Amino acid sequence: MTQRFFIRRKTRFPLYEINLLGAEDMQLLEVSRELGIGLNLREMEKVQNYFRRKKRTPTDVELQTIGQTWSEHCFHKTFKGKIQFNGKKIDSLFKTYIAKATEKVDPKWCFSVFEDNAGIVSFGKGYGVAIKVETHNHPSAVEPFGGAATGTGGVIRDILGVWADPIACTDVLGFGPLNFDYKKLPAGVNHPKYVYMGVVAGIGNYGNNMGIPTVNGAVCFDESYVGNVVVYCGCVGLLPLGKFRKNAQAGDVIVVAGGRTGLDGIHGVTFASAELTEKSEAVSRPAVQIANPIEEEKLKRAIVEIRDLELASAITDLGGGGLSSAVGETAKKFGCGAEVELDKVPLKYGEMAPWEIYVSESQERMLLTVPRGNLEKVLKIFEREDVEATPIGQLTADNVLILRYERVKVAELDISFLFKPPRTVRIAKYESPEFEEPDFPEPSNLAEVLKLLLSSPNIASKESVVRIYDHEVKGNTVIKPLQGIYAGPNDAAVLKPLSDSWKGIVLSCGINPSYGKIDPYWMAASAIDEAIRNNVAVGGRRIALLDNFTWGNPEKPERLGSLVRACEACYDVATALGTPFISGKDSLYNESPLGPVTPTLLISALGVIPDIRLAVSMETKTSGDIIYVVGETFKELGGSEYYRLRGILGKTVPKVQVVQAKRIFKAVTAAIDAGLVKACHDLSEGGLAVAAAEMCFAGGYGMKLDLRKVPQEASLDRDDFILFSESNSRFLVELSEQGNAEFENLMKGKPFAALGKTTRDRRLRFIGLKGKVVLEASVDELGSMWRKALSSEVQP
Amino acid sequence: MKRADIKICLLRVGGTNCDAETKRSFEALGAKADIVHVNELVKQRNLIEYSALVFPGGFSYGDYVRAGAIWAKWILAKLGKDLEAFVDDGRPILGICNGFQVLVEAGLLPAFEGVSQQPEAALANNVRGYSCRWVYLKHENMDKCVFTWKVPKGMVLRMPIAHGEGRFIFPKEKEKEFLKKLYDNDQLVFRYCNGDGEYAEGGFPENPNGSFHDIAGICNPEGTVFGLMPHPERAFYWWQQPDWTSKKRMQEYGDGKLVFESLIDYLERKG
Repeated sequence: MTQRFFIRRKTRFPLYEINLLGAEDMQLLEVSRELGIGLNLREMEKVQNYFRRKKRTPTDVELQTIGQTWSEHCFHKTFKGKIQFNGKKIDSLFKTYIAKATEKVDPKWCFSVFEDNAGIVSFGKGYGVAIKVETHNHPSAVEPFGGAATGTGGVIRDILGVWADPIACTDVLGFGPLNFDYKKLPAGVNHPKYVYMGVVAGIGNYGNNMGIPTVNGAVCFDESYVGNVVVYCGCVGLLPLGKFRKNAQAGDVIVVAGGRTGLDGIHGVTFASAELTEKSEAVSRPAVQIANPIEEEKLKRAIVEIRDLELASAITDLGGGGLSSAVGETAKKFGCGAEVELDKVPLKYGEMAPWEIYVSESQERMLLTVPRGNLEKVLKIFEREDVEATPIGQLTADNVLILRYERVKVAELDISFLFKPPRTVRIAKYESPEFEEPDFPEPSNLAEVLKLLLSSPNIASKESVVRIYDHEVKGNTVIKPLQGIYAGPNDAAVLKPLSDSWKGIVLSCGINPSYGKIDPYWMAASAIDEAIRNNVAVGGRRIALLDNFTWGNPEKPERLGSLVRACEACYDVATALGTPFISGKDSLYNESPLGPVTPTLLISALGVIPDIRLAVSMETKTSGDIIYVVGETFKELGGSEYYRLRGILGKTVPKVQVVQAKRIFKAVTAAIDAGLVKACHDLSEGGLAVAAAEMCFAGGYGMKLDLRKVPQEASLDRDDFILFSESNSRFLVELSEQGNAEFENLMKGKPFAALGKTTRDRRLRFIGLKGKVVLEASVDELGSMWRKALSSEVQP
Repeated sequence: MKRADIKICLLRVGGTNCDAETKRSFEALGAKADIVHVNELVKQRNLIEYSALVFPGGFSYGDYVRAGAIWAKWILAKLGKDLEAFVDDGRPILGICNGFQVLVEAGLLPAFEGVSQQPEAALANNVRGYSCRWVYLKHENMDKCVFTWKVPKGMVLRMPIAHGEGRFIFPKEKEKEFLKKLYDNDQLVFRYCNGDGEYAEGGFPENPNGSFHDIAGICNPEGTVFGLMPHPERAFYWWQQPDWTSKKRMQEYGDGKLVFESLIDYLERKG
């Protein structure tokens, strides 16, 4: 027991000193455990040395502050640390692959990357677009509704944290199979259906109530998500770049505004930086915050007004780590110290210890620094919006963080020490696993296979989710998630954010967890290609990327090895395609009693379209039009939905031919700009057959396509492989006959072919390699199976 | 009144979130529209300076009780007299989505015998939960509603809905009586229908929420107070339509514009 190290100070409020100056290794670790701060031995030793030098014992407030700041969640130790990988030394994954890709691409239109709460790119007319995607996996696992709602609330605050007005949300979710056997569920793991219902409702609850349209996303299913739900919440904002103020200085007042501080969300970051166990639900529920979107809506109004009047010198959100990270990071960023009086912080109820106040992650709070002369005006604006705002301290000139409670000094830490945790050194290993190419005869009924694919959860319509999110609020959604009366799946969303400009924002994403089971490198490459081609399909270009990693415990070398592989692909593909990363987030330690999460990289793409009138949707427009395929089809069915149907993983995963991909994207954009393209749809899960079917039932027309014309690898000698291969960088394009010469001219030198035509008869037909119809199905039947599969699963 | 002199008050409170696009719709027609926080209105007491009042969509007070209930009671308590004077003067009031819920909760709709002390109807939770989708509406009003007088009777309009509580209902025992009143007073404005104008008859998704008699919007007996669940401000421009990419030629505006235009033209003519 370490109780003897804890000395209660004689104060009216709870305050402890922890005498660890003479503690031994084991005791240091026990103190770390006892306080729930999750620091390892090297880190605790660094703490011990610091206080030895200071010749005094630390308080609980100080140790908690250090614990929060040094957590994986706040400091991203793995991404910033050193890694030994198969004999190679990597000095920071982030710098070596992600930030370096952006440096190499070096786009002039990036306003702020990685620096802040969100990435910002310029949009024209003096505006910038801010974007951020967050992970909220751990909280959503133990409390699905609250976890997902506060994930959305948190990412919206990230957008407010760069002075932007939130204009759209995105959500990408990963669940276990909804029909998972209850008997196989270990103690402490919630059933996927329960998690699904809660998460889906939680996201809607926040975005809808705040009046922010949720316009893009994805839902994937995988066995490994049973114990590790994956919740990515994104937000996009708009800001006049001239109003972007980040110039705080010593003497500025620190103001906390919004919701009150309570005991919800204590140690959220340390919880998020550990594996989930059987006890997580009971132990960690208090780590999940409680959401109140209306509070944040009011906060948003006040912040936008303060921005427009340029009254504050800096802003940041209170998220992971609460005040401890917001105050510390603000002070560090502006080369200041800070003094905070913790008893000034408005509480939901009395009786919170100073350390609890400082680390609580209660929602709907923002931190602003305000020049003294503007303070009164700022407080008035908050008051008008019925938002509580309180000055709690000030920035100082001396690089020291001082916290007081009832005038008693409860913490004094050097900022330089606080932001220099010992560099993590981890070992990573990667060996290509051995897989076998399956051998099975071609099924005789390919229409049946297509129907099964369309009703498989990963491909089936997500309408039951999309409809419970308001995607129309603000009235600027030009291309919606669901297209037309048949609610077809659009590839990307297009927004028209400015009244006096036709310029649009294009949002899309890419995610391919199945490929990662074979090779995380090609999974990452495919996710980038998918995000970009979805964007390109509707008319997007000048694309910026966001990376969100959900991985297992990085302290295990194989897990970290696959993370390194994925990062390598991020660099290679992003630089080759000229698409910089502008923001990202990692969530590691996604492990449960059922094992680690399947490594899952979400790539979000933010593009622009110079004129929304050029935007293209995915549904067939009329009969008699030509259908072209652009891009080459390879025998790449490893990790495909087709193999999954047969219970096979396979070996050859889709790759990205970066040089060709770039030329294809450019050509498709040129064809769209020339006004030739009537419909465009990307080929992804389920390949050519699924993409064609989706275009058909979304528009209410049939198609007759000839597989012999598909540009393909010679070895692709089977109809089922051509139909269902998931090779990257491919599109189906609908064109009227008059446009084909010009189109073919634009496509010259790229793999493409006219496969056939759209038909009035609402039947989808494919002619096989032997010249006979090998797949024929009613478009209405296909559409109905696609639409009903998932909604029937979740209707009560 | 000259168009440029028309001044619309778009009222908001914490949770109101459709005010900006509603303002944009009025301004596109050349009218002035102020977004006013209720706190300001309580302080200034200047409601009477406005030509018309709008309760935009949103989640006032989080809709943590019945949707619209808290804001309705709040308004009645703080601004009851001003509001009454406004209605008595025949100045138009529009409630969209959450605003419709507020008007019903405040007794301003259907207001069979003038503003009622208790709500006479309710906008209950949707049979199938929250839904965001485009719906068809059939215009039912003869000529009374000042927000739709430019819309021919029987015309089919298209607008999106996005709500969890929009199922219009009367007390079961008064259904017949109240429905007759709606017809007798020409208070019925929009009913859910299909693209061909056939009434939804309660069928999903044409009637998206299970509303009694497919009711999507009603006005008061004078035709000056109007509430609807669909969002006309999200159907104002062609590019907001769900299928503009499949149309060769789009009309420049969506059907939602008719609602704003009717009001502005009415105010202009009223003098």
